[in-house]
Amino acid sequence: MAQNETPFGKIKPWLYLLPSILFLGFFLVYPLIDVFIYSFEEGYNFASQTGFGIGFYNYSYVLHDPYFLQALKNTLILVAITVPLSTGLSLLISLGLSSIPALKKAFQTIYFLPYVTNTLAVGLVFMILFKKTAYSEGLINLLITAFGGEGVDFIEGPYWAKMMVLCIYTVWIVMPFKILILTSSLASVNQDYYNAAKVDGTSSGRIFWRITLPMISPMIFYLIITGFIGAFKSYSDAVALFGTNLNAAEMNTIVGYVYDMLYGNSGGYPSYASAAAVILFVIVLTITCINLLVSKKNVQY
Amino acid sequence: MQTQRDYALIERNAKIRRTCKNIFTYFCLGFWALIVLFPFYWMILTSVKSYSSYNSEYIPTFFTLSPTLENYTQAFTAVPLAKYFLNTAIFTVITTVLMLVVITLAAFAFSRLDFKGRNLLFVGFLSLMMIPTELVVITNYVTITNWDLRNTFTGLILPSVTSVFYIYLLKENFESIPDNLYYAAKVDGTTDLRYLLKVMVPIARPTLITITILKVIECWNSFVWPRLVTDESAYYLVSNGIQEIRENGFGRENIPAMMAAVVVISLPLIVLFLVFRDKIMEGVSRGGTKG
Repeated sequence: MAQNETPFGKIKPWLYLLPSILFLGFFLVYPLIDVFIYSFEEGYNFASQTGFGIGFYNYSYVLHDPYFLQALKNTLILVAITVPLSTGLSLLISLGLSSIPALKKAFQTIYFLPYVTNTLAVGLVFMILFKKTAYSEGLINLLITAFGGEGVDFIEGPYWAKMMVLCIYTVWIVMPFKILILTSSLASVNQDYYNAAKVDGTSSGRIFWRITLPMISPMIFYLIITGFIGAFKSYSDAVALFGTNLNAAEMNTIVGYVYDMLYGNSGGYPSYASAAAVILFVIVLTITCINLLVSKKNVQY
Repeated sequence: MQTQRDYALIERNAKIRRTCKNIFTYFCLGFWALIVLFPFYWMILTSVKSYSSYNSEYIPTFFTLSPTLENYTQAFTAVPLAKYFLNTAIFTVITTVLMLVVITLAAFAFSRLDFKGRNLLFVGFLSLMMIPTELVVITNYVTITNWDLRNTFTGLILPSVTSVFYIYLLKENFESIPDNLYYAAKVDGTTDLRYLLKVMVPIARPTLITITILKVIECWNSFVWPRLVTDESAYYLVSNGIQEIRENGFGRENIPAMMAAVVVISLPLIVLFLVFRDKIMEGVSRGGTKG
């Protein structure tokens, strides 16, 4: 192309790319490098702009901080409960959906609603459903007592109760995406396999284990991996239920710890925040790698 | 005779079993639908109960015979909900428009223009998709603070103007447009920019609309970044606004007014979803995750 020979023709593509390169460079590449530098600048305070040396102090500070350990524990419990639960439930629901062509579309629309809601706003609804106050038991407690249980304040009560609400809300929020992905991958399984199985008189349990599951296994693993990553980064759901002072509620998550370190009650320690963020990144990376290794062994493509 | 009766019996049993299975499936699906819908019902119901009647119900009732709209007026007068709305609208529109410009230009360069190192640069772009937001948000916060951009729209908007994933999506779409059109336009002496605007953008419109909707949802729900860079309520977006309302808005006890605010905040996206249902679901399944 003749145009490319001129000097202008040569730089023109770069002019088109300039805005995206600038934005990505400033707000994605540079911060990525910078966060590792911060994480080694010991005790850097944002207000005074001073630190006291280079080394691993930030990491050891964070790893010995009881708030961080609490956040780590909360996040691990949340991940361990919500990822298997939401993946399993959405698999059951998608299987149910694919067996009823009649109302499939209506159900799908309803199930997708939580995806388009504001996490903070709907979290308030969950809060009032689970909360027990002086003047009202709250709806969930009413149900519990109706079935003979004992009511408990899920929002400001014991640890297990708070964790339970957080898990329930998280599952409620992440289900739409999983149902959507699984329903469409179920729909894309080649119908010939099922017809062949029918001719052979295969039982429906066997059809599920031998045909359906292997065919959609790549998608299930995709959901498990993204589910792990998402659950490790959860934060807004906890804020929605328990308010911004998560440390006081013992309900902080790792991401919440990072933001609290950066700004808020503990006030302006980017180096501690960076160390915590890097630790989170390493955890997520390790788990993703393990998942990929496991899926290589078990997934049929 | 015997075998025929047996056969009829087997068939009837199979039919009964199938019906039972269907009923069970419908029951389970309906139950989950109830769980999904109930919070929405409850927030609407609570938002139309009057303050006094809500607080006098020790056992909450499942419907109300005297709905009132006073909570909605209170939501707009007692707290600056309209202001939060306006802020969010400004933020959403500017971010989305800027992003569309940036990604369209980049996608065009990657799909139509020839230059040295194109593939290498594109791979570099793609690898950026793996960077988690949590890692970069710290430095971005420091940068924005150092530039004195806290509590400004510029500070809110700047970090979310580009998205590598959308560049990728759009580039794929641009590449499916036949090259012949491009060469024909070249022969006619059309400039690249004009070609991009007059031919490629109109053809890629469905993809652009999908991207726009997904970005609008993301902007409308963004919470973490706005929370970091704004601490004056004059710049709060709806997510931060609702948090502010919860912590010191109507007074902690005025749940009905709070729910009215929640309804008002949730409504725009739900309407958007019901209008563009297929586009949103298709877009999300192509690569959106919540968060």
